[in-house]
Amino acid sequence: MKFDRDTRRKLFSHVVSVACLLCVGIAIIPLGSILYESVLKGIVVINWSFFTENQPLPCNPQFQSGCQFGGIFNSIEGTLLLIGISAAIALPLGILGGIYLSEFGRHRFGDSLRFFADVLTGVPSIVVGIVVFSLFFLLAQQGLIPTNYTLSVLSAGVALSFIMIPIVARTCEEALALVPNSTREAALALGVPKWKAVTSIVLSTGRSAVMTGALLAIARATGETAPLIILDAGSQFSFQPSAGLHQPTSSLPFSIYNWVQSAYPNWIADAWGATLVLVVLMLGISVAARLALRNKYGEGGVV
Amino acid sequence: MDESGTLVASPPRSAKLQVEGLSAYYGSKQVIQDLSIDFDDKSVTAIIGPSGCGKSTFIRCLNRIHETVPRARATGRVLLDGEDVYTIDPVRVRRRVGMVFQKPNPFPTMSIYGNVASGLRLNGVRKPALVQERVIRSLKQAAMWDEVKEHLDAPGVSLSGGQQQRLCIARALAVEPEVLLMDEPCSALDPIATSKIEDLIFDLKRDYAVIIVTHNMQQAARVADKTAFLYLGKLIEYGDTKEIFERPKVKLTESYITGRFG
Amino acid sequence: MSHGPTVAGVTPPPHRRRTHPGDLIFRGLSGGSAVSVLAIFVLSIILLFEASRDSLSRWGLPFLWGQVWNPNATPLSPIVFGALPAILGTLETSFLAMLIGVPLSIGIAIFLTELSPGWLRGPFSFVIELLAAIPSVVFGIWGALFLVPYMGTQVDPSLAATIGRVPLLGAPFAPSPVGYTGDGSLTAGIILAIMVIPTISSVSREAFKAVPNDLREAALSLGATRWETTRLAVFPYAKRGVLGAITLGLGRAVGETIAVVLVIGNSYTIAKSLYAPAVSIASWIANTFGESSGLEREGLLELGLVLLGISLIINVVARLILRRSVFTEGMGT
Repeated sequence: MKFDRDTRRKLFSHVVSVACLLCVGIAIIPLGSILYESVLKGIVVINWSFFTENQPLPCNPQFQSGCQFGGIFNSIEGTLLLIGISAAIALPLGILGGIYLSEFGRHRFGDSLRFFADVLTGVPSIVVGIVVFSLFFLLAQQGLIPTNYTLSVLSAGVALSFIMIPIVARTCEEALALVPNSTREAALALGVPKWKAVTSIVLSTGRSAVMTGALLAIARATGETAPLIILDAGSQFSFQPSAGLHQPTSSLPFSIYNWVQSAYPNWIADAWGATLVLVVLMLGISVAARLALRNKYGEGGVV
Repeated sequence: MDESGTLVASPPRSAKLQVEGLSAYYGSKQVIQDLSIDFDDKSVTAIIGPSGCGKSTFIRCLNRIHETVPRARATGRVLLDGEDVYTIDPVRVRRRVGMVFQKPNPFPTMSIYGNVASGLRLNGVRKPALVQERVIRSLKQAAMWDEVKEHLDAPGVSLSGGQQQRLCIARALAVEPEVLLMDEPCSALDPIATSKIEDLIFDLKRDYAVIIVTHNMQQAARVADKTAFLYLGKLIEYGDTKEIFERPKVKLTESYITGRFG
Repeated sequence: MSHGPTVAGVTPPPHRRRTHPGDLIFRGLSGGSAVSVLAIFVLSIILLFEASRDSLSRWGLPFLWGQVWNPNATPLSPIVFGALPAILGTLETSFLAMLIGVPLSIGIAIFLTELSPGWLRGPFSFVIELLAAIPSVVFGIWGALFLVPYMGTQVDPSLAATIGRVPLLGAPFAPSPVGYTGDGSLTAGIILAIMVIPTISSVSREAFKAVPNDLREAALSLGATRWETTRLAVFPYAKRGVLGAITLGLGRAVGETIAVVLVIGNSYTIAKSLYAPAVSIASWIANTFGESSGLEREGLLELGLVLLGISLIINVVARLILRRSVFTEGMGT
C-alpha cells in the first residue's frame, strides 16, 4: 500500500515534468513556424536587386503583365535614418542618465527615476506614437515649428528615441553597477575628479556591457512599427537629402505592415522578403548581444 | 639600522599630517570619535586594532575618500603641512595623499603601463616622454621594474596578486604624492608576496610619510617606526613601535597585543 | 571651528563639501538626462490631455461606455464616439492571452529552473529568448498570412464543433452562423499569448532562481519529489515574483498593436463570438489614425489616453509588486 503511494507520487512528478517540457515545446512551435515561413516565402524574392531597388508599384499578374518585385532599398534607407535620428537623441541621454542613476542615484529621487523608467518601458509604443504626434502637432499649432514636421522621419525618430531612452538608461545603469566599487575608489584616490574617473575609468571598464545594452535598444527600435504607422507612414521614393528631415520615408517594418494589408501578390512576396531580412537582422543582433553579455557576466539578464 | 634610531631620543621631527578632533560617521552611526594624532614625515606609522575598530575608516578620512560613500561624513581637521585638507579641493588632496587598498585593484581594461600612467594621464600630463619617465621610475620604486619591463603592454590584471598590489603602489607613486596610505595592503596576499611588500614599505619611507593599517601585529612591529592602537573608534595609545609592543602604558593595549582579544 | 568632544547621539554639522566645478557640471548634465525619463512620462500625459481637449469636453465620461464610433454625420446617425467596444476588445484579447500564456510561461519557467537536465537548459532558454527578439510586425505577417487562414479553415470550425456544443461553458465557442474568416479575438489572443511568453517566463525564472537552494535541499531531503519540492518549497517563495511577471505580461498584451491589428478584423463592434471580427484600442488607433482628421482624430487621441491610463495602472502595479522582491534589482524591459 505504502509502496503504491510513493510510486504514484513519483509518477505524478514525472507527469508534471513532461507537461512542463510540453510547454517549452508549444512555445517553440510558433518560433519554428515563423522562421520556417519567412525563410520559405522570403527567400524567393531575395537577390541582389532586392537590396538595391526601391519598392515596386503594386501589381497583380492576373490582370497586368510585367509585374516587378522591386526591392527594399528605400525601406532600408528609411530604417537607417530612423535609427540614426533616434540613436543620436537616445544614446547620449540614455547613457548619461544611466551614469547618473548608477553613480549619483543612490537616493530616493534616484529610486523614483528608476521606477518611472521601468514603467515607461511598459508604455505601449502606439501611445508613444500619438504622444509625439501631439507634441509636434501642438508645437506647429503654436507656430514654433513648421507643420510638415508632424508626419516625418524626424517625428518618428523622436518617438523611437522616447522608447529607447529608458531602456538605454536602465541597461547602462546595470552595466555600470557591475563595475566594482574598488575601481572607482582607485581612480578617485589618484586625485582624479569624479567626472573624469567616471567617464574614463568606470565607463571604459563597463564599456562592452553598455554597448550591448545600446545595441539591444537599437534593435528594439529597428523592429518597432506602431509609432511609424502614426508618424512616418511610408514613401515609395528614396530619401532626398535636399528635402530635409520633414519628408516621410519608408522603413522595413512599415513596408511589411503596408504590403501585408494589400492584395497585390508582388507586395505580399516583398513583405516576406523584407520579413526575412528583418528577422535575420534582429536575431543576429540579439544573439550577438547575448553572447557578448554571457561571456562577460555569466548570463545576460536583460529581457 | 633604523631600529636603533627609535631607541635613542629622536630629534623632533616635523609632523607631516596632524589630525585634530576627527569624527567620522556612516549615516547616524559614529565610527571615529574625536580622534587626534600627528604623523611624522619620512617614516612609517602603523595603525592596529581589532576588526571593526574604525582603522580603515580613519585613514579613508585622511585623503577624503571616506566622504565618497553615500551618507558618510566626517568632522574635525586634518592638517597636511599645516593646511586643513577639508578646506581644499578633495581632488588636490588625493593627489598629495595617495592610497593603496586592501584588495589589489588595477584598472581591468588597462595594461601594466597604462595602469601606472593612468593617474598622470587623467591629471592632464600629456607629454609621452614625461609619462614614460615617471612610469619607469614608479615601477622601479615599487621594485617591480625588472619583473615587468619585458611585457608592459600585458593587462594589469594578468599579474599575480602580489604583483598587482605592487602595481597599485606604483600607480599611486606615479602621481608623486607626499603621503602614502595603505589599507591592509597585504591581507589578500601570501607570505612571500607580503614580505616583498614589507621590504618595499621600508624603502618607501625614505621619501614618503607612510601610514599603514594592519591587523597583523607582527607586520606592524616589522615595518613601523610608530604605532597607534585604535579601539572602538578611539585612539587608545600611540608611540614608538618598540614601546607599544614591549612596554604598553594602557592595559587595553597590552591585552590586545598579548592576544587576549581581537 | 571648535572640536570639543561630540555628545553621543548629536551629530555635528559635516564639513562643507566643495564640489569640483567639473563634477558639478557632470552631475547636472547626467542628472538632467536622467530626468528626461520623468519629463517624457509627464509630457505624455499632459500632451494627450491637451491634444484631445475638445473630444474630452464634448463627450465627457460617457465616451468610456459609448458603443458607437461614427465620424460621418448622416440624417439618421449623428457624429458620436464611444470607447466601449475597443476597451472590451482589449480586455478580452488580453484575458485570452493570459489564459493561454500564463500556464505555458510558468510551465516553461519551472521546467528551465527546476526540472530540466543541465544540458537542455542553455539551448531551451536561448530559444525562448529568441522569441523575445522577434519584432511584432513579424508576428503580424505570420499571423495574417499563416495563422488566420489556418484558424479559419482548421481550428475555428473544429473548436465550434466540439467545445462549442458544450452548453453554457462552450457558449463563447458556439458555431458562427456567418462562417469562419479566421480573424477575431481568439486569433488575436493566441498571438498575444505567444508574444507574452518570453516576458512572463523570463521574469518568473528570475523569481525561481532567487529561491535559496537550501529550501529545495530541505524539501528533497524530506523525501519530496521534484514536483512536490517545487510546489511546497519553491513556489510559495517565488509567488510574488511570478505575480509581477504575469502583470508585466498583461501590460505587454494590452498595448500590443501591430500583431493584433493584422489579425483581429478591426470591426468596431462588441463581438458576440470569439471567431467574429473585433477591435482593440491599439488596433483601432493604428487602423484609423492615418485617415482621420478633426474630431475623429481627437477621439483617437482620447482613446490613446485611455490606453495610456490602463497600461500605466498595470505597469505601476507590476513594478510595485516586483520592487519588493530583491531579485528584480535592476530588471529592464
